[in-house]
Amino acid sequence: MSLLDVENLRVSFDTSQGVVEAVRGISFSLGQERLGIVGESGSGKSMTGRAILRLVRPPGRVEADRIALEGQDLQSLGERQMRKVRGRRISMVMQDPKFSLNPVMTVGEQIMEAYLLHARDSRRAARRKALEMLEAVAIRDPERVMKAYPHEVSGGMGQRIMIAMMLIPDPRILIADEPTSALDVSVQRKVLSIMDGLVRDRGMGLIFISHDLNLVSEFCDRVLIMYAGRIVETCDAARLHEARHPYTRGLLNSLPRLDAPRARLEVLARDPAWAEGG
Amino acid sequence: MRAWLLSDAPASRRQARLGRLYAGWLTFRGNTLAMVGLAILAALVLCAAAAPWIAPQDPYAQDLAMRLKPIGTPGHLLGTDSLGRDILSRLIWGSRTTLYIVTLVALIAPVVGLLVGTVAGYAGGVWDAVLMRITDIFLAFPRLVLALAFVAALGAGIENAVLAISLTAWPPYARMARAETLTIRNSDFISAIRLQGAGPVRIITQHIWPLCLSSLIVRVTLDMAGIILAAAGLGFLGLGAQPPSPEWGAMISEGRRFILDHWWVATVPGLAIFTVSLAFNLLGDGLRDVLDPKSGGSK
Amino acid sequence: MLEVDGMNVWFGAGATHVDAVQGASFFVGRGESFGLVGESGSGKSTILRAITGLAPGWSGRVEVDGKPVYRDRRDRAFHKRVQMVFQDPYASLHPRHSVDRVLSETLRLHGMDAIDRRVPQLLEDVGLGPKFRFRYPHQLSGGQRQRVAIARALAGEPELLLLDEPTSALDVSVQAEILNLLADLRGERGLTYVMVSHDLAVVGHLCQRLAVMQSGRIVEMLDVEQLRRGRAEHPYSRALIAASVSGGRTARAAE
Repeated sequence: MSLLDVENLRVSFDTSQGVVEAVRGISFSLGQERLGIVGESGSGKSMTGRAILRLVRPPGRVEADRIALEGQDLQSLGERQMRKVRGRRISMVMQDPKFSLNPVMTVGEQIMEAYLLHARDSRRAARRKALEMLEAVAIRDPERVMKAYPHEVSGGMGQRIMIAMMLIPDPRILIADEPTSALDVSVQRKVLSIMDGLVRDRGMGLIFISHDLNLVSEFCDRVLIMYAGRIVETCDAARLHEARHPYTRGLLNSLPRLDAPRARLEVLARDPAWAEGG
Repeated sequence: MRAWLLSDAPASRRQARLGRLYAGWLTFRGNTLAMVGLAILAALVLCAAAAPWIAPQDPYAQDLAMRLKPIGTPGHLLGTDSLGRDILSRLIWGSRTTLYIVTLVALIAPVVGLLVGTVAGYAGGVWDAVLMRITDIFLAFPRLVLALAFVAALGAGIENAVLAISLTAWPPYARMARAETLTIRNSDFISAIRLQGAGPVRIITQHIWPLCLSSLIVRVTLDMAGIILAAAGLGFLGLGAQPPSPEWGAMISEGRRFILDHWWVATVPGLAIFTVSLAFNLLGDGLRDVLDPKSGGSK
Repeated sequence: MLEVDGMNVWFGAGATHVDAVQGASFFVGRGESFGLVGESGSGKSTILRAITGLAPGWSGRVEVDGKPVYRDRRDRAFHKRVQMVFQDPYASLHPRHSVDRVLSETLRLHGMDAIDRRVPQLLEDVGLGPKFRFRYPHQLSGGQRQRVAIARALAGEPELLLLDEPTSALDVSVQAEILNLLADLRGERGLTYVMVSHDLAVVGHLCQRLAVMQSGRIVEMLDVEQLRRGRAEHPYSRALIAASVSGGRTARAAE
């Protein structure tokens, strides 16, 4: 059975200049797999992640024929029940750990709080669980990190802490929205492979939202390519290079490459038809 | 004309500037309350300009036989005061004084504040320390008390009242301008213009001022109510405009003695002060929306 | 064109003293394109800021075109000769100045004449049409803003352009456009580039030589051939190249 089913999802914003549609009727389903959503800024990829968790604020509006988590319809849930879904069954890791961690609480308290919010357990057990989790995200000195404040840890470590915090309630699905864009290249892959390992061990579903085609093809099983609020192409990550859609091809070809130098980079010629089709 | 103003690709600087003004006006016009504020203020300006023609009576003409007549007395629409002077006429002439005070304070206080704040913020170091301590000294006194001290030193009178109010009103603007300058100073666009060889005077006046100005204008319009009230307060205490000149604060002060039996003498100028203060607040709110650079001309 | 010898840059004083760059030396020839590569905090951008005078605390010797640059004094001629493009096009344009104002003020500062003729010309040079002339930054996309920033840097007809991660805030397709534009401009005007980036592929595309920086020091100098063949000596450079090349794996398979 698939973990998540999304049918005809739409996100629109009422502005003074009329209705702006950020996501225009997309459908996909997620099993125990790693699904990548790729697109440029403004393609609606982040909105998709937020819409599933109902984190789109007014004036944004979310409509869908169906959003189902393990067969349960999420749209019929009230805000209270939805709060239980967030974190416990679907977690989200955002782009910049600096803005996602509370600056005046120690890392340990925050991880323990994340656990205790969703589990009836003693503080002692929560602490043990937090330490385990920090070890799982390859933090060498978890006791010390537990007592640290967010500004005392590096960006890469901050993002690993975020992942620990998001995975501690044992969710079924992790949505990672540009989880490594704020990090240095050498740290990026380390963080991603840690996340990848944890997700696989637990048989979770992963939605990995990114603008980076290479990262997505490396760490996902399947990729959705979004353009102007629609999915223009779906393909196996391993066969991303065989993508057919001119937009995907254009994105791939516009990257400068060390191994294949070119005098000029290919420039994407946007075809208005892409925004309509799909 | 409209198409020319809202053109996507203006052909000249003048067209671009006019188009931007027009787009700002369109945003402003959409805000009903702000338009009400603007209308009241426009009426006030008209009143002041046309006072000699629209005032039914001479504001100084006393008629002891007709003293303390109530609202609605024939010939005296808003009644008369203790010396039998027509309140409506005094109100209309008084709008001149009010406008005079408001304009002068609005010219002096924010300019001084902007100058002190941006120089302190941009220069930093010793300049910052000295200028900000002076500001703190002014801020340490209650406003009306300080104004009283100034008027006492300079002598009573409308000009001195304006000066005293301005001198007490600038420190908050200086603090605000400094805080904004500190955030602007380190931004890339200031670095960029420094790399073009621009000097500090140009950077402060051409690049920092325009960014401080919008919040300053909004703040001033919102403070205007307070300034009118301070002027009225000084008038009420007998330290502002001198009798017999018609000033709203002084009129309330005179009416105070009769407030129980002849309420309108003090209430009518009070209502005038209230209306104008409210109008400035509404206008300030509307301007805040227009002056936000992101909404200014984005159509 | 540019010579930097034994440059140290620091921030703060006393207890808050931080050494950002230690003993950096490199040389960039006229018409050459040189890259500074490293991760955040490696001091690569700081070198550019020190050269232009935006980071005041530095020592060492810097020469532009054979003329020494002093610590706290830079004259008009320096600003005319050396210009910079910043990383974030959303922060580097004054939010209340129209494109026209940005460019004409810059032209005036450099003592240019015929400003009304030069502004549209500059816009055309960076691939923007005349309709952009009276726009404000919030009416432009990221790529368009960066083009305006490049036009501003070109206004004084500089010889040396310092590029501080000029494409890292942009989408890849827009990055390709800007990189092409920069390559064209260098060809047309014989400019010298010093480009800072964390992206080896971008530097490898635009630059002929590069310096790899790690925590304030230059650890290795490479030319682009060595970079492409992965012939780096220093372990840190090797790690960086490995990270970039594994990223290019799919792209390579695309051929």
